[in-house]
Amino acid sequence: MQLAKEVKYLIHKEVLLEWRSKYTINGVLLYVVSTIFTCYLSFVSLSDKLAWNALFWVIMLFASINGVSKSFLQETKGQQLYSYILASPSAVLISKTVYNILLMLVLTTIALGFYTLVFDTFTPPDLLLYYVAVVIGSISFSTVFTMVSAIASKAGNGGMLMAILSFPIIIPVLILLIKLAKNAVDGLPWENSYDEIGMLLVVNVLTVATSLLLFPYLWRD
Amino acid sequence: MNKIWWKILGSVLVIYTAIAGLLLGVPRLPILNESIRNLYFHVPMWFAMIVLFSISVFYSIKSLSTKSEADDIKAVESVNAGIIFGLLGLVTGAVWAKYTWGQFWSFDPKQNFAAISVLLYFAYLILRNAIDEEQKRAKISAIYNIFAFPMMVVLLFVLPRLKDSLHPGNGGNPGFNSYDLDSRMRMVFYPACLGWILIGYWVYTIRFRLRSIENKQQNN
Repeated sequence: MQLAKEVKYLIHKEVLLEWRSKYTINGVLLYVVSTIFTCYLSFVSLSDKLAWNALFWVIMLFASINGVSKSFLQETKGQQLYSYILASPSAVLISKTVYNILLMLVLTTIALGFYTLVFDTFTPPDLLLYYVAVVIGSISFSTVFTMVSAIASKAGNGGMLMAILSFPIIIPVLILLIKLAKNAVDGLPWENSYDEIGMLLVVNVLTVATSLLLFPYLWRD
Repeated sequence: MNKIWWKILGSVLVIYTAIAGLLLGVPRLPILNESIRNLYFHVPMWFAMIVLFSISVFYSIKSLSTKSEADDIKAVESVNAGIIFGLLGLVTGAVWAKYTWGQFWSFDPKQNFAAISVLLYFAYLILRNAIDEEQKRAKISAIYNIFAFPMMVVLLFVLPRLKDSLHPGNGGNPGFNSYDLDSRMRMVFYPACLGWILIGYWVYTIRFRLRSIENKQQNN
């Protein structure tokens, strides 16, 4: 119960901090929108729906690296020490992950809306399945990147390390996501996608479990 | 004698498989023809790599609780030895693919995932270089190593089964295990796996001893 209370309080803190400055959400949102716009201008002649699908996920990947990596890299040593004293490591990790999931959900939903708006040829026939892929994608990106950004911030070597460390880990997830989203674009029945959905959930459970086991060692300096 | 028996065994097995693998009879199959002999040289590389990476994860877990420098060196040196086998596995696979699939690199899922899992361990080594302080380096890289290992298992063993691949054993292609691995090939294949795993372990122990001596010299 102590843990649930701490998690609730820490999530409240994160949301409040974000609400006051609105820096991350607006920054990443502008990043996504301008990337989509740049892609649109660069690939106007591209009419293949599957290529647009892949492009969407690549944009999401970079946006989420930028958005989620803030969670630990942005904090100063003092702030980290403060939350180290006040809360248990698991509470810190869970709250950051949940906060990142919320952030990514808002972000990807807006991005998907903007994407279907700009590319009206793209609109997948099975929008609900596509949205399921987007939701699972936000969760997977958040769980993986939260832990990797903690590792990168402790290594004290921000941005580049974050990209190097997270790409090999996220590629299997990304491949599954693109496959799942492709099923939605092709309008296949849902039965064909259960494999990918199940696999992604397994990968997420695995990631969260290893993160929870390892984070206490990382958090203590 | 009881300390070096496995080194002798490993060397004898590898020499035996090199000779027997090229000389003994193999089943005649279309397309594969004589290139089926690559089984003796390509597949054992991956087995040796997996064993070495598992050793590395074992010592990473151990070093988190013991905080001993030796465990950390063991973890990194088994990754170093494992990467050599991973690269050899990629090269032997690519050469084989040139003669059966037509090109060295055809972006087959198996090739891609194997390459990505090797990248994972390069990232591990770069992470180590980025941190100067030794104890911090040991801790953080151990955490990354343990975190990445399940992903490598997913990459190498689970994902290729979900995708169509030309690789034997995938996507409806007959694997070596099903019907064409006859008893003649087993006589060479199993010793080859054991032999290369032993050689890989030997490489790792030598590297570990070298690093330990270097560290001792620096500290004096």
